[in-house]
Amino acid sequence: MQSLSNRAKKLEAKPMTLAERAYLPAIFQGLSITMRHFFRAATKKQVTVRYPEEQRPFSPIFRGLHVLKRDEVGRERCTACGLCAVACPAEAITMVAGERKKGEENLYREEKYAVSYEVNMLRCIFCGLCEEACPKAAVYLQPDKMAPPRFERDEFIYGKDRLVEPVDPNARSIRGIQLTPEQAHALSQKTSQQLS
Amino acid sequence: MIELPTLGWQSIVILVVFGVSLLIATYCTYAERVIAAFLQDRVGPDRAGPFGLLQPLADAVKLFTKEEFFPAGANKALFIMGPCLAMITALMSSAVIPFGNVIQFGNNVFNLQGIEVNIGMLWVFGIVSLGVYGVMIGGWASNNKFSLLGAIRAGSQNISYELAMGMALIAVLMISGTLSLREITLQQSQAGEWHFWNIVKQPLGFIIFLVCAFAETNRTPFDLPECETELVGGYHTEYSSMKMGLYLFAEYVNVFVASAVMSVLYFGGFNFPFQYELRDWLVSAQSWELMSAQNLISVLGLLGLFGKIFAFIFFFMWVRWTLPRFRYDQLMRLGWTILIPLAIFNILLTGGLILGGIIK
Repeated sequence: MQSLSNRAKKLEAKPMTLAERAYLPAIFQGLSITMRHFFRAATKKQVTVRYPEEQRPFSPIFRGLHVLKRDEVGRERCTACGLCAVACPAEAITMVAGERKKGEENLYREEKYAVSYEVNMLRCIFCGLCEEACPKAAVYLQPDKMAPPRFERDEFIYGKDRLVEPVDPNARSIRGIQLTPEQAHALSQKTSQQLS
Repeated sequence: MIELPTLGWQSIVILVVFGVSLLIATYCTYAERVIAAFLQDRVGPDRAGPFGLLQPLADAVKLFTKEEFFPAGANKALFIMGPCLAMITALMSSAVIPFGNVIQFGNNVFNLQGIEVNIGMLWVFGIVSLGVYGVMIGGWASNNKFSLLGAIRAGSQNISYELAMGMALIAVLMISGTLSLREITLQQSQAGEWHFWNIVKQPLGFIIFLVCAFAETNRTPFDLPECETELVGGYHTEYSSMKMGLYLFAEYVNVFVASAVMSVLYFGGFNFPFQYELRDWLVSAQSWELMSAQNLISVLGLLGLFGKIFAFIFFFMWVRWTLPRFRYDQLMRLGWTILIPLAIFNILLTGGLILGGIIK
């Protein structure tokens, strides 16, 4: 039957030539190939990344460890609405809401805030839906940090102590919105450093 | 009656050879991994110490601290004897290898060789043949089908390839007329004829010997006794801890000994090109004493022999990470229908060339 594409090749099993049957030429061919790789590995830079010492650069859109953002005067943005927990397909987020007391206006942006906010990093699939669901631009997945391996399971439940970003803008992650001019400057410098 | 000083020197040499064999075997494990990695565009072990040089120590600690496992129904005595035999036989054969020429201090002559016996080659062959007992006993005593299959394969493979190996050797013996490894080495060093190493006279014999050496040491492409894709781990499937380590070590010691034997038989042993010219130049132009010039040549020859040995060990590893394993019937066909007839042809050819006066 003729083939539909007319590209079929007819293959015939030819008897092996003497050189092929002797096997030695093929051995030397193979040896020369591996030797080329040997010298390439010995002289050129290898593609292997020796992980703890050197790290591969993260992609700018990498979704890593969560962060709870502060606003431009350093107040926590989260208002504990629970939309992130609802959006989370892995049910990794739990929170307890509380009412802001008098005198705490410099700590919390809204009248309601998260007393506790926990993300279970073993459940989290780092999909970023919490980030999209947040109406207050409070939760983000950082592009430059990962949840490191740990020995105990309960150490993977990150509370507010490890999620809320530091007050110092220079120590913060590069992703976020509504920055002060100083913060924006510092972060753009950090970004250009990381991307270069 | 052997005089005591000679005995003392000999025992020192044997101890040193023993230590060196073990050291080389230890670092063969490291070299194997690094060379394998480089051939496959990887990095290899580089965590323990600079360049991973302490990796063998880490491996040894790991092996020693592993659980000593005895399979149910195993013959305990034989199970322990297997790896011991493999190791003992592997280490014994290096005793007769001449690692260097003599070193002279006044009237004291020190021979850089464990034991000089006039049947050195037979000694090596006898011990190497015994080596398969370690594998056979270990595989048999494990009470495991895979181990037994590996052991049987090792037995038949070694027997088949010893024939071709012996016949390749006979051609060398026809040229040299002696079984002493030292004599064979010295014959390859006629003054002014440095290039008459046996490889020039016996190229075909060398190739046969090389292929058989791969089979005798159970190295890829002939590592059917282990053959992890078919037989789990072959004869050492049931072994753990340092008994396993002894088997692996024995393999590397065997590789070392096979490399040494090939260097001695075919590549001039401790001879190196222009050694007599160098000695004469030292004596005449640099006004050295003849004795110290000769000692320098001996030391250089020792280093040269180790260079050859390391080159062969590298070749063993290079081949291991290049060629796929033979199928068992292919292995047997290669041994019986190709290598043995070739070896016989090589004997006839050598005999004809000797009769014709072309080589001597």
